[in-house]
Amino acid sequence: MLTIHDDVDEAVSEITDGAIVLIGGFGKAGQPIELIEALLRRGSRNLTVVSNNAGNGTVGLAALIGAGRVAKIICSFPRQSDSELFDAKFRAAEIELELVPQGNLAERIRAAGSGIGGFFTPTGYGTMLAAGKETRMIDGRGFVLESPIRADFALIKALKADGVGNLVYRKTARNFGPIMASAAAHTIVQVSELVETGGLDPENVVTPGIFVNSVVVVPAQITSNGSTEVAR
Amino acid sequence: MTERLTRNQLARLVAQDIPSGAYVNLGIGQPTLVSDYLTPSQNVTLHTENGMLGMGPAAEGDELDEDLINAGKIPVTELPGASYFHHADSFGMMRGGHLDVCVLGAFQVSVAGDLANWHTGDPNDIPAVGGAMDLAIGAKDVFVMMNLLTRDGRSKLVEACTYPLTGVGCVTRIFTDMAVLLVTPDGIRVRDTYGCTFEELLRLVDLPLLAPERESMLKA
Repeated sequence: MLTIHDDVDEAVSEITDGAIVLIGGFGKAGQPIELIEALLRRGSRNLTVVSNNAGNGTVGLAALIGAGRVAKIICSFPRQSDSELFDAKFRAAEIELELVPQGNLAERIRAAGSGIGGFFTPTGYGTMLAAGKETRMIDGRGFVLESPIRADFALIKALKADGVGNLVYRKTARNFGPIMASAAAHTIVQVSELVETGGLDPENVVTPGIFVNSVVVVPAQITSNGSTEVAR
Repeated sequence: MTERLTRNQLARLVAQDIPSGAYVNLGIGQPTLVSDYLTPSQNVTLHTENGMLGMGPAAEGDELDEDLINAGKIPVTELPGASYFHHADSFGMMRGGHLDVCVLGAFQVSVAGDLANWHTGDPNDIPAVGGAMDLAIGAKDVFVMMNLLTRDGRSKLVEACTYPLTGVGCVTRIFTDMAVLLVTPDGIRVRDTYGCTFEELLRLVDLPLLAPERESMLKA
């Protein structure tokens, strides 16, 4: 059953201390910045966040980390030119980092969403990121056992939702959205536009509404090139 | 004797080695230069790990779009025939062996084709791996593009990597400013040298290398 929320604060109001939260986005593309900032206002602490990066600049995930709300982050690429808030927390040993190769991160999330108990992947075999993990030779090649990442909540951004929670995305802002939507007990989506049920071509739906629990509209500025830069 | 290759000459050489019709991923940094030397007749489709095939050149002016970026988070453009997909599909393309070539930078490559390119191992460095390990083991051919020597003159082609590994036995071809090297079951074979002779190259890397085959020298 889909809930359409009036504002982002209401949408994140069930996120408790200690929750495991998947956060979509690759860099800023697809990052649900308004939902993350609502989570920051809510004040939930001791969070485990799963996201490809560890925040950019001082907004969104970077602000959540900077405020000390994230006890642990599971990600592939924390260090970037503008990840100074994460860098400071990491150097002060105030955040735990689980570094995961990006494809393993994606597949662990996908596995959780599709009920897979674990999988053998060649990525990382023979490297320090596979240290201590079970390995197996399959057809003469080394594989590493990886486990699913299930979460309590997912915060993602899509372009449009309809009244039953079907989603479409925009360009490379899709990234982790569809797999994260499937891997959380409660998936919260910020969209630029809510259309009436029947307003999305079923052939073009990317995330079916079964994976979506909450939708909130965050109006976007349509720039001259059609980009959906959110007004801020 | 030819000169050592510049970065751009090296990029051109890599581009010439990419088969026509190939699906290709170019790593962040120096490998992105390769796209400048791909010709339209090669009909190469570029993949970016963040969920796109058919990536076009960097975006400029009105083309800038926050929702359309490459793996280095640089705004790019889409070409006719482009497609978008989620991260699990994107990395399935790599891991599943659907990409023909990826081009990566490297700190070190071993004679067995092991790659080290993600972490210096310095405990003060914040590690970040991104898609490097997936790319290294996924593409049918893994080309490395690097200077042969470090700034202080040590060979980056090594008996065994001392930096943390990205992938084991994954590199197939090594493009450097001083030589193009092929990773074969018999060892590293020198294809061409630039600015040095085969004998000088042997002294620089201090490793056993297989001499160039005459035919390939003549073809080049």
